[in-house]
Amino acid sequence: MLLTFLLVVAIAIIRMKDLFAVVMLAGIYGLLSASFFVVMDAVDVAFTEAAVGAGISTLLMLVVIAMTGHAEKTTRHKPLLALLVVTITGGLLIYGTLDMPYFGSADAPIHNHVAPRYINDSIQEIGVPNIVTSVLASYRAFDTFGEVVVIFTAGIGVLALLSITRRPEDDDNIGSFNDSLNEQHLVVRIVSKMLIPFILLFALYVQFHGDYGSGGGFQAGVIFASAIILYAMLFGLNIARKVINQPFFQFISAIGVLLYGSVGLASMLSGGNFFDYNVLSNDHITGQHLGILLIELGVGCTVASVMIIIFFNFAGQRGMQQDNEKEHHKNKELS
Amino acid sequence: MLMGLFNYWIVVVLMMIGLYIVIAHGNLIKKIIGLTIFQTSVFIFYISMAKVDGGTAPILADDTIQYSNPLPHVLILTAIVVGIATTAMALSLVVRIKEAYGSIEEEEIQQQDNQIQEDKQEGKQA
Repeated sequence: MLLTFLLVVAIAIIRMKDLFAVVMLAGIYGLLSASFFVVMDAVDVAFTEAAVGAGISTLLMLVVIAMTGHAEKTTRHKPLLALLVVTITGGLLIYGTLDMPYFGSADAPIHNHVAPRYINDSIQEIGVPNIVTSVLASYRAFDTFGEVVVIFTAGIGVLALLSITRRPEDDDNIGSFNDSLNEQHLVVRIVSKMLIPFILLFALYVQFHGDYGSGGGFQAGVIFASAIILYAMLFGLNIARKVINQPFFQFISAIGVLLYGSVGLASMLSGGNFFDYNVLSNDHITGQHLGILLIELGVGCTVASVMIIIFFNFAGQRGMQQDNEKEHHKNKELS
Repeated sequence: MLMGLFNYWIVVVLMMIGLYIVIAHGNLIKKIIGLTIFQTSVFIFYISMAKVDGGTAPILADDTIQYSNPLPHVLILTAIVVGIATTAMALSLVVRIKEAYGSIEEEEIQQQDNQIQEDKQEGKQA
């Protein structure tokens, strides 16, 4: 049922010309897939998708279309050829699925390889009830380390692409991100002002409760960032910049990766393998708990600060464009 | 029992919708949204495979015996966050393209590039 909704939304995305509507539909699409993940028992994934797909990505897209314009030109490149390619590929893929084990069958090959060990032994080996956390942070910690580095690198990339043209003195006269929102929506402002502390608190809960329920560094980071982004949107970028200075967040994002990596190094120096937390403490369960806590903290720091940096740079870029336009108009009037 | 494959078929259709948007639409933002749809369809594929009939979420409790497979959940959880980071990267490229060319329509950008090249060649001949 949810899948059918997803299909309808996706088709609507093809048909729509107004990019604003498309972005909103993409947000709905994210929320729908999050609900689907809940039905499929993937609560941690649903958590992440709801925060990312319906929250942050919609926001970023909105900021970008504010800069690039709403309307899509109707020109298409050889739609028939594209349709042909897509149909053939899709047909082949569907032919491929005919050999797949049926949905939900417990004896599918995927459930027989490493999953039984995770499910049966992780409570003795790691001592954490949430299996997703123990696989993410302990069994596959090296993999997750790589992913954190990718996120960090993306943050650096956005910084390199967008802040190149900015001089430090520009920062002071960037217009607030959305002036109209400041004056008109008093109710929204007051309600969100009350909500923001709770969102931050919730992020911390998700961060440190990831061992027992669904949650962890990735989700917590995104939720934390969204609280700060909400603040920046409602009170203007200028005021937000006074509270949060960007070099500090750049520093924190690097510290997160460093913390993660040094846990691995610490376990090596104590005589174990890279990311083998058993050696961090006398009791291996305590060692595992300590290791997971630290690396989740590292993940949370990096994800939150990279998301904040990304948003601030996009919004700052937009503020600069507006300022340039204003100056342009002034110059025209003068001449 | 054909319904047993229904999820996978929807995944394929969604994936192809994403691919179609990437190929046929000229607007760069629309292309990125197409990529996101493609990406999400892969997520749905993984999560569908992880589901076990009668299983619950993979958080250990005393009274349950059957759990869904946690491994795909882990892979997709990190993939989602990496996905937004790379999408942000793509969007920032789009912003720079808009600044440089004044447009985010593929054809207009191509035209401008061709124009510049022609101008250069004419300059050489002259």
